Amino acid sequence: MSLILDNLPALLIAVPLLGAFLIPIIGRFLPKIRDAWIILVSFLSSMAAVLTAFTVYTKGTLVYVFGAAAGSGAAPIDSGGIPFRIIFTIDGFGAFMLLSAAIVSFAVVLYLVASQKERSGKSEFYALYLLLTAGIFGMVSTGDLFNFFVFLEINTLSGAALVSYHRKGGIAVEGALKYLIVNTVGGLMVLFSVGLLYAQYNSLNMAYIASQMTLTTLNIVALVLFITALAMKAGAVPFHFATPDAYSVAPSGITALMVVASQAGLYGLFRILFTVYGGVINTVTVGWVIIVIGILSMVIGVTMALPQKDIKRLLAYHAVSQTGYMLLGVGVAFAVLGDPAATAAFGQTAMEGGLFHIINHALYKGLLFLAVGAVIYRTGVWSLNKLGGLGHNMKWTMVFFLIGALAIAGIPPFNGFASKLMIYESVFAFNPALSIIAMVVSILTLASFMKVFHSVFMGPKLPEFENVKEVPKLMIAGMVILTIFVIGFGLMPDLVVDSIVTPAANALLNQGSYITAVLGGFL
Amino acid sequence: MIANLPFIAIALLIGIAFAIILLKKNMIKMVMGLGILESAVNLFLITIGYREDGIAPIFTNAPEGVNMVLPTVQALTLTNIVIGVAGTALMISMIMVIYKKYGTINSDKMRRLKE
Repeated sequence: MSLILDNLPALLIAVPLLGAFLIPIIGRFLPKIRDAWIILVSFLSSMAAVLTAFTVYTKGTLVYVFGAAAGSGAAPIDSGGIPFRIIFTIDGFGAFMLLSAAIVSFAVVLYLVASQKERSGKSEFYALYLLLTAGIFGMVSTGDLFNFFVFLEINTLSGAALVSYHRKGGIAVEGALKYLIVNTVGGLMVLFSVGLLYAQYNSLNMAYIASQMTLTTLNIVALVLFITALAMKAGAVPFHFATPDAYSVAPSGITALMVVASQAGLYGLFRILFTVYGGVINTVTVGWVIIVIGILSMVIGVTMALPQKDIKRLLAYHAVSQTGYMLLGVGVAFAVLGDPAATAAFGQTAMEGGLFHIINHALYKGLLFLAVGAVIYRTGVWSLNKLGGLGHNMKWTMVFFLIGALAIAGIPPFNGFASKLMIYESVFAFNPALSIIAMVVSILTLASFMKVFHSVFMGPKLPEFENVKEVPKLMIAGMVILTIFVIGFGLMPDLVVDSIVTPAANALLNQGSYITAVLGGFL
Repeated sequence: MIANLPFIAIALLIGIAFAIILLKKNMIKMVMGLGILESAVNLFLITIGYREDGIAPIFTNAPEGVNMVLPTVQALTLTNIVIGVAGTALMISMIMVIYKKYGTINSDKMRRLKE
């Protein structure tokens, strides 16, 4: 038992990877137990993530060194203090992202097992799914820049393959190809900046680079490339063009996980900004850059969403819009990072609001994509103009969709309200105009979702949907898991913020604690 | 000057790669552009690890007082080559599917998603 607990960070990657590579073999010889296997593996990897997060919240930052005796540190004694070992560094923020990925990935597996039952090529599909999970877990737990790039590429490749999985006359492949090309360029930008940093500091360790960081021209070039590439991954304006294309054609359960995958890019962005560059960069300028990207994402995302007829494309544009809230909250916190009084007054709250919105968005947007996927699963129709009157036959799906829609629009008592309120309050103290834009976007979001809800579920029964039934129980189970968290986080926001969000915000705001945790006594 | 030649080559390659990716309409050529971009990054990694008159970084029986090239960046390059192969293979197979379904690989004519 202690062997498992000591090696939790390694299990985060090992369980999904081994599970993924065994699936084709199991699918070949024992196809009957394949569904049970994928649920088991996904449950175990989610448990590993939850246990890791729990360990971090109770015992502080976890530094796991691969290939060395426990507790021997990132730098071998005879290396002169340069940490070249491969490490995982999981602090409060990493643990927070692990929790969000673990919940969504397990809920989606239950949903997929039922919704993919009639499809072919399931073994490879689930193998790719577990690889995507491993990629997300790796991105949010690694303490090494090159490892981050490798997990980013695993994330991109498996994500693109999953998006293209069910080719509806080629359009799924078209969306996947755009997503893949954009993110491959982004990945190479990340690698180029990793090279720029390595050339100066001879190390790939984030904490070591952060401790040595000075503001050279090369570092500014590297920062610009990092921001561009990771904003591409996160799907923020002006790099959002591939996001709606990919989300709208991917299988619905996959889209729910792709939201988390894009948030791993957001994790990388915040980690680079706060931890690696936090001490030296001009935080006001860069903070405003992040704020402007956030505001543009919010406004352009929601205005593009309003006229959409394709129900999944509409949701995808809302995903872009919601990413803007996170960037706005965290951008405000970064802009006032150099001013302790302002940070205490509203920067900390802005940060917590932005981060809380990450997990909330993963939950309610996942729920919305699953509910819409349930509609498409039974009707096979995407267009809002053709859907209608489904509330009579799909009562559960209607309830789940309504809960997700109210949460995304920021209506109490759901979780979206809790984080949006924190963002409004703190951003208002920083700059009232930004807060007003955020509220207007929220109202437009509500309007858009009322339109969708009305045109899909309300109205008289349509003759072509006379025989539509409720979706299978496992799909409902997946949605129930997410709904429990959406309502639970909305009813007890203080408890959630105190126990998981504040440690995450503190981990980013205190750059020194991250460096000390990794380098320990060496510097 | 002569020591900076690799960096000039890298800058040129990156410029060519971005020009191809942004200007060409043929999807296969875009994938080629990505390949050139990847090679430029690989060349960059190898170059920053190079030391004048350096030998392979093997410590067993190494002569005294000789520079060694940095091994880490070479490991990074190898990893990136493997990742690049996977990415290129996936992209090319996707383009094959698109050609079968659409009858074209011109990126301007791939507009079914927008309809």
